[in-house]
Amino acid sequence: MTGEKIRVLVAKPGLDGHDRGAKVICRSLRDAGYEVIYTGLRRTPDEIVNAAVQEDVDVVGLSILSGAHNVLFPKIMDLLKEKGVDDIAVIAGGIIPDKDIPFLEKIGISKTFLPGSSTQEIADWIKENVRKRQ
Amino acid sequence: MKKISPSDGSLKQSFYHWKAEKYDKALKKASSKKMEHTTISGKKIKELYTPLDLDGFDYMKQLNFPGEYPYTRGIHPTMYRGRLWTMRQFSGFGTAEDTNKRYKYLLSHGQTGLSVAFHLPTLMGIDSDHPLAQGEIGKCGVAIDSLADMEILFNEIPLDKISTSMTINAPAAVLWAMYIAVAEKQGVSPKVISGTIQNDILKEYIAQKTFIFPPEPSMKLIVDTFEYGSKEVPKWNTISISGYHIREAGSTAVQELAFTLRDGIEYVEWALERGLDVEEFVPRLSFFFNAHNDFFEEVAKFRAARKIWAEVMKERFKAKDQRCRWLRFHTQTSGVSLMAQQPYNNVVRVAIQALAAVLGGSQSLHTNSLDETYALPSEEAVTIALRTQQIIAHESGVINCIDPLGGSYFVEKLTDEMERDAKEYIRKIDDMGGMVKAIELGFPQKEIADSAYLYQKAVEKKEKIIVGVNDYEMEHEPIPTLKIDETAAKQHLTRLHDVKKTRNNAQVAEKILDLKKAASDEQNLMPYILSCVKTYATLGEIMDSLREVYGEYQEPVKY
Repeated sequence: MTGEKIRVLVAKPGLDGHDRGAKVICRSLRDAGYEVIYTGLRRTPDEIVNAAVQEDVDVVGLSILSGAHNVLFPKIMDLLKEKGVDDIAVIAGGIIPDKDIPFLEKIGISKTFLPGSSTQEIADWIKENVRKRQ
Repeated sequence: MKKISPSDGSLKQSFYHWKAEKYDKALKKASSKKMEHTTISGKKIKELYTPLDLDGFDYMKQLNFPGEYPYTRGIHPTMYRGRLWTMRQFSGFGTAEDTNKRYKYLLSHGQTGLSVAFHLPTLMGIDSDHPLAQGEIGKCGVAIDSLADMEILFNEIPLDKISTSMTINAPAAVLWAMYIAVAEKQGVSPKVISGTIQNDILKEYIAQKTFIFPPEPSMKLIVDTFEYGSKEVPKWNTISISGYHIREAGSTAVQELAFTLRDGIEYVEWALERGLDVEEFVPRLSFFFNAHNDFFEEVAKFRAARKIWAEVMKERFKAKDQRCRWLRFHTQTSGVSLMAQQPYNNVVRVAIQALAAVLGGSQSLHTNSLDETYALPSEEAVTIALRTQQIIAHESGVINCIDPLGGSYFVEKLTDEMERDAKEYIRKIDDMGGMVKAIELGFPQKEIADSAYLYQKAVEKKEKIIVGVNDYEMEHEPIPTLKIDETAAKQHLTRLHDVKKTRNNAQVAEKILDLKKAASDEQNLMPYILSCVKTYATLGEIMDSLREVYGEYQEPVKY
């Protein structure tokens, strides 16, 4: 048993190496009482979804700064569906233009946090919107 | 300023009297919030600096004149009176055709040098048809796979007149070889081309994370470029030792300074190990720093950097030629300081940061565009960024006098403290056995992650105010941004496909084999890489052959 803690996978799709934000979020969510797993850099959609399944997480946070979100995020969402785990909440952050957000919502990304979002906001959002999966 | 020695007790007495009777009392009555006054790096700053802070200050030893050791006031005697800094906007997106057009635009509007941003597949040494390149083609920079792309990138740009900086690290030797080959096709000798390859792998392991090979072969490849460059491409800066990315990853100003200079020391040591002569290769080493928001801290950082490097070269490496002792540097304003909220405010942030770079004596400068928290810059945004530099150069008057902040009690004290604290870090890393060892221990990585975390917490507790983000918030309309659609990727992939079909594939295979053999025999690889690129072997093919010999670096996953 993994206990009652909500489990969060912080994942870095895309080729960029900018992990400052991802790491700060990992530490902050851990301090906020979540169980945090970090994938490390440059994970493919397959690797991310496999990690989400293996680690039995309740929420996946995607951090990307390379500009490839419109191509990579749909692949991740499709794979989650394919594996029957599309009840995992998916949130995102990074360098993402406002105008891409409607598209990301359409494919099932629950929330996109833009630069300047506080780690508290993210922790609060998870608390309010994510329940332990059955 | 003569040698200041405030042995005169009355100054001390007067100061403490002023502090207790005037300052402290007035502050108690003041309505402003009692806040800690620290720099953005968390360093405490006093309310006032006086000659008392510069006890024992020796003008000739600590500052001297511009162009004189230890170069605190600048590496050239004339500084911007002799020549302005190079205005060099980092730029690249979409296909080689798209970026070539942008370069011509920038050059026609007064930019004085080029700076190439490659897309991530190029930075990672894979071709655009690699599965990992999906969605990345032309997004973060220009897509370059082979000499064919490079020829288009510099089409109608005279490489004997324009200097070019290329932000490329793990595959730097290959892109440099492509540039040399393009120059030769233009009839320009490698002896006259000038520019810079970033080629700084240490800060990749530390901060930016676009590494490919493990440290040892990576360092070997870099020393190859030093050796080749000093003989064959003498006007080229074979490395740009970079603090920029270290700072962006969250370091303090002192950490940026210390880790960058210690990286510099590491490169020199590895080159000496090969048997290279300090006097021959060190003059082609250059540096690259960040200009962040905290104005005086940044100015002090640049001044301290020059002083420490001069001393390191003179004392530690016994370099005689003054060109070895010059810390020449490029500066870029801080990307992470830009905010998505009320993005037009970013123009002001960039102006303040750029001013710090100029008052710090930078040799070249990139100013960020206001829209870069959303996407690569639009033409309008990049024009404002370039104009910011031109306004500083031509309207502000700050270039009239060399090192105008020199002699400020505050700036001199801060410069001294920067130097002291950076040297402490350098000593620590020396004790660990050097930077490669420190990286293997995860030391700089952890220091940076800790600083990034502390800063984020300070922002969230409102100990640090970011205008428009944790104070003075308001709604704003979305701004127009540059969109790179997938047509650029299609066009680019068609060319890659054509190149692979029409080149002499037997010749490619032969040259790749020669390269692999040379890599196994530990020869200098530059001539072999040059032969490969001339056959239109792709970057991915060349790097794959080296991956087979050297293996790939796996970073431990930590946070």
